[in-house]
Amino acid sequence: MTQTATTSRAAPAPPKGAKPKAHRWTPWVYLAAPLALLVAFTYIPVASMLSYSLTDWDGVSPDSTFVGLDNYAQLFTRPELFGVFSVSLYYLAASVLQIGLALYFATVLSFNVRFRNLFKGILFFPYLINGVAIAFVFLYFFQRGGTLDTVLRFAGVDSQFLWLGDPDLVNVSLAGVSVWRFMGLNFVLFLGAIQSIQPQLYEAAELDGANRWHVFRHLIVPGITPIISLSVILAIAGSLSVFEIPFVITGGAGESKTFVIQTIKLAFQFNKTGLASAAAVVLLAVVLLVTWIQRRLVPDERNDLV
Amino acid sequence: MSTVARTLKYASLILACLVVLLPVTAIVLTSLKTPEELSTGGALALPEHWLNLANYGTAFTNGRMLTAFLNTAVILVFSLTGTVVIGAMTAYAIDRFQFRFKRLVLGLFLFATLVPGVTTQVATYQVVNGLGLYDTRWAPVVLYLGTDIVSIYVFLQFIRSIPVSLDENARIDGAGPTRIFWRIIFPLLKPATATVVIIKGITIYNDFYIPFLYMPSQDLGVISTSLFRFKGPFGAHWEVMSAGAVLVIVPTLVLFLLLQRFIYNGFTAGAVK
Repeated sequence: MTQTATTSRAAPAPPKGAKPKAHRWTPWVYLAAPLALLVAFTYIPVASMLSYSLTDWDGVSPDSTFVGLDNYAQLFTRPELFGVFSVSLYYLAASVLQIGLALYFATVLSFNVRFRNLFKGILFFPYLINGVAIAFVFLYFFQRGGTLDTVLRFAGVDSQFLWLGDPDLVNVSLAGVSVWRFMGLNFVLFLGAIQSIQPQLYEAAELDGANRWHVFRHLIVPGITPIISLSVILAIAGSLSVFEIPFVITGGAGESKTFVIQTIKLAFQFNKTGLASAAAVVLLAVVLLVTWIQRRLVPDERNDLV
Repeated sequence: MSTVARTLKYASLILACLVVLLPVTAIVLTSLKTPEELSTGGALALPEHWLNLANYGTAFTNGRMLTAFLNTAVILVFSLTGTVVIGAMTAYAIDRFQFRFKRLVLGLFLFATLVPGVTTQVATYQVVNGLGLYDTRWAPVVLYLGTDIVSIYVFLQFIRSIPVSLDENARIDGAGPTRIFWRIIFPLLKPATATVVIIKGITIYNDFYIPFLYMPSQDLGVISTSLFRFKGPFGAHWEVMSAGAVLVIVPTLVLFLLLQRFIYNGFTAGAVK
């Protein structure tokens, strides 16, 4: 502090009257860069996406024609375009399984278990791995004579399944990879929330003769409801925006094409910027709607930051 | 707890660990094999020589992994420095000053957290292109800086715990806002900085989407996109593809083992905020 006092000679404090005036601009000096970035990379894209979605622009040529809601009409009437929404259902089902498993393992590991940290670390680690590396791991896992077939042969099953080649199976396999990858995050979030429940409550429950199911149902679940609801939102938004795993594993071919893969292909391969923007607007609208519903159902303490 | 229940509990944990570890183990084993071993043995057969690192050499040189690690490192340094400075400055302006349109500014940041990055790339591409940043290392850097609202929240959350009286004392000593920010607030934000560097660092290291869309040149490959390009020339060479994947996973594993506790806390704070 003394150092501050002596060195401040270099920049003398402004006279008393000038102070408020200088301070009026200070916050804007600090906010200039963040706001410029925010506008350039969030608000301009959202606004221009909305306007592109009403045109037939190809993303390159200088002119485009206004087509009204035609792109949206195409999205919802051409089966090959809205078909990709059904792929999301596989990932949505997978995230139900994922949240269930995470809840189970978080509950088990919140009690006294041997090698607790080892188990915790192993279950969480997949979440940290690079997505392309995960895709390679599972490309090998699912190929003919790969890891999965080998394990099944050990177990005495001679599998004839084409895990990635069979159109009925490919999305199940890919959604399974998604569970493998993301379960750990849900698990660690749940575990953190369970551990912040006061230990006295468990003791009280035990004194009241509650069994494990009762403790789980009436103590743990209510204690972690906010984090469960957050996970549900992340799961829904995540199921709609699946990209890299199917893109790297199958190239997004055939049945495994997801909404984002389709949008990217429309925009950057087929130069249908207008149609791709409309698709992106629909996705954005769905995500905002889901978030809004969640905020209504579960009041969020995050809002107190405002 | 009954013996049956306890057995089931451990059985389920061990099964889950096997499910996590087996696919990765198969890749590690494969990366140590010669092409001949690969064609004769099964996926989980053990390699003949445990120290056969030839595939790693091929992956590193022919797969351009050195360039990839360097590009990733450059992008990491610039993005992380920028994210930390911008996050801290925003938090400082919002928490320590009263100004007109403060609620509007906060609302703009808040709404932006709801917009998933994957949805807007169609239009973001035009902005990046318009700025002349397409196919340069600056494209991912500005995008990581510009769309990172979570870090701002981590800083905003943390700056509230720093007493305002510290600022006031410094002001009485004659320090201006710049001095207060750099000398007092910024050093005290260290824990928030650590959290942001960890989560953001891992996210950038693993990101595929942005470099894939904005840096198509081979020379600008980061680890994700360079690894992705293994699929072409090494498509049938599983021993090299496996070595590439292991090369990418090892740094993450080392970091995780060293910083476990910080990583758990960081992701918990980052996801909830």
